[in-house]
Order: sequence, then structure tokens, then C-alpha cells
Amino acid sequence: MPKDSGIGTSPKRREDIRFLTGNGKYTDDINLTGQSHAVFARSDVAHGKINHIDISAAETMPGVLAIFTGEDFADVGGNPAGWLINSRDGEPMKEPKRPVLAYGKVRHVGDAYAAVIAETVLQAQDAVEAIKADITELPAIVDMEAALAGGGFVHDEIETNQCFDWGWIEDNRAATDAAIKAAPHVTTLSLVNNRLVPNAMESRASTADYDRGTGDYTLYTTSQNPHLTRLLVCAFVLGIPENKLRVVSPDVGGGFGSKIYHYGEEALVLAAAKKLCRPVKWTASRSESFLTDAHGRDHVTKIELACEKDGTFIAFRTDTMANVGAYLSNFSTVTPTFLHGTLMAGNYTVPNVYVNVKAVFTNTAPVDAYRGAGRPEATYSLERVIDKCARELALDPIELRRKNFIKPDQFPYASAAGLEYDAGNYDALFDKLEGIVDFGGFKARRAESEKGGKLRGLGINSYIEACGIAPSNLVGILGARVGLYDAATVRVNATGNISVMVGAHSHGQGHATVFPQVVSEMLGVEENSIEIVHGDTSKIPFGMGSYGSRSLAVCGSAVVRATEKIINKATKIAAHMLEASESDIDFKDGKFSVSGTDKSVAFGEVAFKAYVPHDYPHDELEPGLEETAFYDPANFTYPSGAYACEVEVDPETGKVTVESFTAVDDFGNVINPMIVTGQVHGGIGQGIGQALLENCTYDENGQLLSASYMDYAMPRASDLPFYTVDHSCVTPCTHNPLGVKGCGEAGAIGSPPTIVNAVVDALHSGGHTHVTHIDMPVSPARVWSAINS
Amino acid sequence: MYNFDFVKPLNVADALVALASEEAQALGGGQTLIPTMKQRLASPEKLVSLSGISEMQGVDISGNIVTIGGATTHANVALAGAFEGLTGLAGGIGDPAVRNRGTIGGSLANNDPAACYPAAALATGATIVTNDREIDADDYFQGMFTTALEDVEIITAVRMPIPQVSNYQKFEQPASRFALVGVFVAKYADGVRVAVTGASENGVFRWSEAEGVLSTNFSADAILGMSVDSSEMISDLHGTKEYRANLVRVLTGRAVSSAS
Repeated sequence: MPKDSGIGTSPKRREDIRFLTGNGKYTDDINLTGQSHAVFARSDVAHGKINHIDISAAETMPGVLAIFTGEDFADVGGNPAGWLINSRDGEPMKEPKRPVLAYGKVRHVGDAYAAVIAETVLQAQDAVEAIKADITELPAIVDMEAALAGGGFVHDEIETNQCFDWGWIEDNRAATDAAIKAAPHVTTLSLVNNRLVPNAMESRASTADYDRGTGDYTLYTTSQNPHLTRLLVCAFVLGIPENKLRVVSPDVGGGFGSKIYHYGEEALVLAAAKKLCRPVKWTASRSESFLTDAHGRDHVTKIELACEKDGTFIAFRTDTMANVGAYLSNFSTVTPTFLHGTLMAGNYTVPNVYVNVKAVFTNTAPVDAYRGAGRPEATYSLERVIDKCARELALDPIELRRKNFIKPDQFPYASAAGLEYDAGNYDALFDKLEGIVDFGGFKARRAESEKGGKLRGLGINSYIEACGIAPSNLVGILGARVGLYDAATVRVNATGNISVMVGAHSHGQGHATVFPQVVSEMLGVEENSIEIVHGDTSKIPFGMGSYGSRSLAVCGSAVVRATEKIINKATKIAAHMLEASESDIDFKDGKFSVSGTDKSVAFGEVAFKAYVPHDYPHDELEPGLEETAFYDPANFTYPSGAYACEVEVDPETGKVTVESFTAVDDFGNVINPMIVTGQVHGGIGQGIGQALLENCTYDENGQLLSASYMDYAMPRASDLPFYTVDHSCVTPCTHNPLGVKGCGEAGAIGSPPTIVNAVVDALHSGGHTHVTHIDMPVSPARVWSAINS
Repeated sequence: MYNFDFVKPLNVADALVALASEEAQALGGGQTLIPTMKQRLASPEKLVSLSGISEMQGVDISGNIVTIGGATTHANVALAGAFEGLTGLAGGIGDPAVRNRGTIGGSLANNDPAACYPAAALATGATIVTNDREIDADDYFQGMFTTALEDVEIITAVRMPIPQVSNYQKFEQPASRFALVGVFVAKYADGVRVAVTGASENGVFRWSEAEGVLSTNFSADAILGMSVDSSEMISDLHGTKEYRANLVRVLTGRAVSSAS
């Protein structure tokens, strides 16, 4: 009989009932007695010298309680980068201070230089308009190449716009250069990985409260990782003792990375709450989200692929400029480096890989990890150049990939880019893909499209990513300033139901449904009797939150370890209750029994005994049934996949329509197939958004042209096809207890090159063979221009 | 948003009185004005809603003329089914929420260079009826966001002669889904009219060269070799001048082929 609960089944997401009925509780839904409101004065120029900020008129406005400027925070710490990157010459990266409020200079449009706290939002807005900012506009530094050439500096004190010049692996540089020089064939491609605005449905919001009696602070803030936010704001910025700040992130309405980071607004409302001894609330407008949420991607890359005439890969070499914007956001330095360069060997047995990344300061919003974070950039560069190579050598794109795949018997495999892949079977993924997609019928479908005046293209792609971030020892060597374990506490209550406190925090992933499936499977307790507690530092153990497809692989592993401890202790209690030796106790389906007898006690009876410990072995065991585990992964996990799509291109208008999309992924073991399918759907949607629609664009003055939904094109349901999703090819992760890899980012990583490969294929079929590449977003105008160039 | 007063008169006369004060602003469906006010980019002291004026509601079809009340929503214009081009245009504006709030009078008074209705009005040679006078569409549109309307003047109705065949082709700007280019083709006994929205820096315009050719040969092939001057086309994030000029030709051909 098929299972109807536990691991591998698809119970519906229990959190959806409250979300869909309007009963979710987000940060902005929290209103505290006596709260006041913060509104920020933001720069309308990209780069300017602050001469003077006159708040005298604003201070006298109705309802104004306090006004802060950068000077008020001159003596507190900066918001730090979480990862130290060293340049090729050994020099540490440049780390200019990121202040709570701009001080001395404003460095991007939207950079906050003052904040008004007033009784109402409208009063605060009025007072912001009354602030007279004397700011001398300076030439904006927007283009990365120009920024590196010098002239003006975003941060004058570092006298360069280059944050670092990173080589990976520097010792491989000479060999890679030599291999490319000697290679029979080299394919070269220059491309842009377009800048994106995260666009979480829930905008950023923070409300701070201060208890003048105890000196305790509470910060309600929309965050993917409340403990990390607490650590950053306490230890680096405001100097509040960690045990005096509680950070609460209730329901979080999407993040995609943008809510990993600590932002100045959080520090501001905390400082204001203490000064006023009143709660202070701030909720970003959508315009503020566009201007100030950490953006994603923004790489300019040249990639070279060297191979034999038969397509055997010899070397990959990339040269990338990565925009970090005006300030270093918390993960901004690791995203274009270790989350990107280490994946540049792909799924391939290529012997030589060298990656150079120059990170560049510009007068634009900070850029940081966004769904996939570095890995989409790596995959896009690699899979686009492989596609181009296949065309140049007249090789089938699937065969070229298969020829170079790491084979199943080669695992664990040390890639040329420095990672050890534990498990994978890339040929099996393509076998599955070829079983699902009717490749044989493509010619007929193309002919049918051509009858309607359309060009049809087929795009193929494969990817690998590194998830389950991350082994602390390894990342410590690589420059991380934090560990990347996670933690869980399993509390069995006296009446047998269970609370599981986790360090991961759902911002759409379905943790409240999935973690109980794991615990239910292990303890034989009904899923509905298991409740997840997350998002509140006063309730949960110290965990690092959700990003990098880590919730299940890392925090889920902590849940398993804590549950194992529960079983261990419960077994001892059961042995006492059954008057048997512990070694004779079997635990199955929620029942402890003595081997070879019909004597048994249920898990609930054991729990009750733990809390009502009459007739209890107090000399051997503590009462209670609650265990905590911290889990630090031994390695990254390595999901991989094989994707295919078909597009139609209207050559008259350039419009691209995605006709079909098939994603075959290896996520290792799957706990809830429905949720995994949903994650893949969402990821592909975002990837198609990047490939066809989304384009965060600044003009030469540093004004954000795509600053609203009137100009920033989000994918809509009508832009997306029905997907075919398969995750039945499983090579379990070898080093975590569930054998899971993570699925949250895969779709966004695998889909952009699939789409662009298909568009180029379509244009070639129409005789437009001069088009070897179109930068994303592959908009109608760009396709038309490419055809007619 | 700043504070403002709100009145909702029940007839045109009262609306004109309310609008006479300085800093008063007529409010149609609010699909442009309200977002602008929320951004604090507009600050009327008084909004005069026109949605309560029953004489400005509804679609009347009499003989070869369709008369649409100025406060009629896009959804109701689409529902009336007066003629194919108009029905398709109204039913394709924005999304259901927009179509059930936005009005024809509001759209024509605003004259957004990417709005759909100006193309229908100009291609049908509509008469813009106000509280005070009647204005030919050819005289009404005077450039981006500029019309022949006086300060206190309300579009009470729009009269369109019903074409023999018509069609509206909109190529959507990928973000806003406004017309990147929209072309309305209307064929009458005395000739063909082609109006283009979204494309020009001067707002909606008639492509008279195409009109001449199509009036003698109403087929997409007839305009294949033609091109519209790209020099005054809009160039922005979503398309160059040349791209828009191309779309004008392509969409005109498609509108002719689809016209019914």
C-alpha cells in the first residue's frame, strides 16, 4: 500500500489555508500600542556630496517626534560584508563602511540620508519634504568598465572602484592559459547577466520596540534569517548585547535572497525606539523596494571554451566584472566569487578552469545574492558558450554535453573548479529528458510553426549547483565570517504533541508542512500533531536561516539529529516502563516494544512518563523529552538537472513565446514531491522572467529607469507555459541523513540558458545565422534588432 | 498622497461648478490620477468624481453611430459590442480591475501616448462631445498628454461612426502592458483611416500614406513595402525608434488582415 503520510508523500501545505484566507501575519500586520512611524529622506541623485542637511523646518512640523541624519550614527559600526575575499595579489578586498544613514556622501538614488519619526506616516512624509538637503551632485559612476578606469570614486577613501580582483583557482591560471593557447578549437562569448530587482510580494518592513524598564529591544522585521539579522545589528552596528534584542520575523512574503541581509532601516527603527521609548514602524513603499532592496546578478562576462575538434573539453576561462553597487551588502562578496567561480566546471570532466572576477563599486543600489546567487551566472555563461561551441562544431548539443559529463562511476569527483561532487548521474538526467520530450517530433513542430510565419527553436541545458550552504570549516578557510550550520529543537510535550523549533525560516518554502513530515516519519506521530516554530529568536535555537537551498539539507538534518536524540532518550524511558533492557527495545510506528514479546508502550505514553515522572529512573535519566541538535554539513550538496524548452519567435515583431518547458532534476531524496514541483515551477518562472522580461536599468546619471512595474517587466501567468517537471532521477546526497540536496533555486539556475539557447536556435532555423547571442532579457525589441542587424 | 476633498456630483452642471475652483481636478476611473497622487506627484485640492453622473453612462447604438457616455467603463464598452475594433480594444485594456474602473472619457482626457482609446477615436473620426461643444478627433489630440480640452471642460460623450470593418492590434509593452504600439484600422465607404498609438513622441497620429493605399486596396500586402518615418518615434527601454516604426507597419498589416 502506498504511504499516505511522512517522507515522500504530498500533504497539502498547511500554511496555505491561512495565507489564502487572508489570515497570514506579516510584519506590517503588527501594530503596537503607541507606535510612531518612520519615513526616510532618500537621495534623488546617484552621487553627491552632502554639504548640509537642514532639519530645522521639518522639526517643527505637526506630529514630528524626532529626526535622524547620518551624523547621529557616525560613531556606530558599519553594516559588514559577511565574507572576506582576497585579491589575486593577496590583498584583502576594499571594505568601505556602510553606514546606517548616508554620511558625507550619497552614493545611489534612494540612499537614505535622514529619517523622520512622526505620529503618522503622512506627517512623517510631510516633514521629509520639509528637510532641506544641500547636496552637490557629482558625476555618477554607473558603467563598470568606466568605474574601473577611474576618474571618480564611489568611496573616496579607498581611491579605487575595484573591491577586489579575484582569481580562482589562481594556481590554475597558467595551465589554463596554456591549454587555451594550444587548443584546436576555442569558442568565445561575451555576455551580460542582467541585473534584476527581487520584487518580493511583501515589501521590506521593520518595527522596533524598546522596554525602558528592562532595556530589552524587540525588532519585528521581515527576514529570511532572524538570528543573522540580530547578530549583524547587535555585534557590528549598534552594539546592543545579543541577549537584549529579540528579532521576530513572522510570516515572510517572499525574499529570493533580498531578505537575508541586514539593512540600515532596521538599525534606524531600533535606535529611534530607544530614543523615543516608543515603538517605531517602517514599511517600504514599492518604490523604495525598487530603489533599495539588494538587486541581483549584474555580471559582464567573457567566457572562452577550449576543446578538441571532437568536442572534448580542454579548458574554460572566464573574465567577469561583477557589480556590487554602492555598498557591500552582507553576501555581496561571496556571491560573485565562491558561489560562482567554484561552479564553473559544470557537470564536466574539463581539466582546466580559471575564473577571474573583478567586483566593482558603482553609484547603484547594492547587489547581492538573488535566487541561485552566483550559480545562475556560472551556469548561464557555461551553457551558453557550450551551446555556441556545439553550433560551431556542428555537434548535437546533447551529445556534446554527454561526451564531457562526469560519469556515474567517477563520483566522488573533484572538479577542476575546486569542489568535490559527492553524487550525480548526468547521463540519467538526459536519458529521462529524452524519454519525456518528443525530440523526434520537433522537426514537424518546427514546420508547423513556420506555416504560421513563426520560427521554432529547441533549447537544451544542463546545470549543477552547490546547495546546502555550507560546511563551516571549508567556508571559514575561504573567508566566511560566520558558520553556516543550522539548529533544531524537538520538544515533545507531555500530551504527546510536538513542537519543533527550527533555525530555518520559511519565506514561501512550506517548512510548516515539510519538517513535520520528517519528524512524523521518524516518530510515528501524526503530522498534524507536530507544529513548527520559527522566525523568533526568543523561541528557536541559534540558526542561520533560509537561503542557498539549505533549509532541508542543513536544518532538516538538524531536525533529524534532534529527533534521533528524542528516540534515544524515549527508548531508555520505555525500557524502564517495560522492565526490559534498552537493547531489547524496538521502536517502530510510534510504538516501543520488547523484542520477541507482545509487551509495548506507545510513544505518547513514554512522553507522558517523561513529564509526569512517577516511578521514573531519576538516578539515570532527567525528566522531560526535549532535545536540540546543531548540524554542520560535511560538504555542499549538488543538485543537477537536464532542461529543454521550445520557443516560437515571431520574426516580424521579435516576440518570443515559450511553447513548452521540461525540467528533469536530481534533488536527491524528495520529502514532499508536490512542494518540490512548486519550487521548480516558481524557479522556472523567475528564470523565464530573467531570460525574457526583467531588466533593471540605470541611465548614465544613475537614475533607475525601471523603477516601477510600468517599466520593470515581471513575468505573468500568460507569459509562462505549462511545465513538465520530473524529479525521479535520484542520486541521494551521501553526507546528510536524509540524502537530500535542495530544490529552491534550481529552476532559476537552469532555465535562463535553456530559453536563450532556444531563441538562438530558432533564429538560426530562419536563416539568421549571424545571430550567435542575444543578451537577456531577450525582449521583442532585442530579437528584432538582432535579426535586422 | 496629500489630503484632498472629494465630491461626487450627480449631474454635469454640478460637476462644472465643483471644478470651477482652482486646484480642482476631474476624476474619471482614476487609473492614472490615483496612482500619481499616491506617489505625491499630483496634489489636487479637490477631486470631482464623474462616476455618479448617470447622463454620462452607457453605450447607445443608433443607426451607424455609437455614442458612449464619457464615464462609461472599458468593461461596459466591451460588453456593448458596438463594433469589432472597439470591442476588442476596450476588452484588451489593462486587466479586469482596470477595465471596471477606467473610463473612455478619462482615457481621452489624459491622452497618454500609449493609451488605446485615442487610436479608436482618431481612426473612427470620432466626435468628442463636451459640456460645451463638439470637437473632431482630428482637432482634439494635440500631442502627448495634450488635448483641445479647456481647463474646466468635461467629456460627456464620444460619438463614433461605425465602420464597415475595423480592427485594433496592440503590441504590449512588456512591463506596463500598455501599447508599445497600437494600430486601429477602420474602413468606411469613403475610405480607410489608420491611427497609431504608443509609437510617436507626438502622441496618437494618423498614418495617412497607408490610409491612401489601403483606401484603394484594402489588403495587408498593399502596405508591405511601406514604412513610417521613424524620426519622431519614441525610443526607450522597450524599443528603439526603428523598432516602433517596424511595429507600425507590421501591426497595420495585421489589423487589415484581421479586420471584420
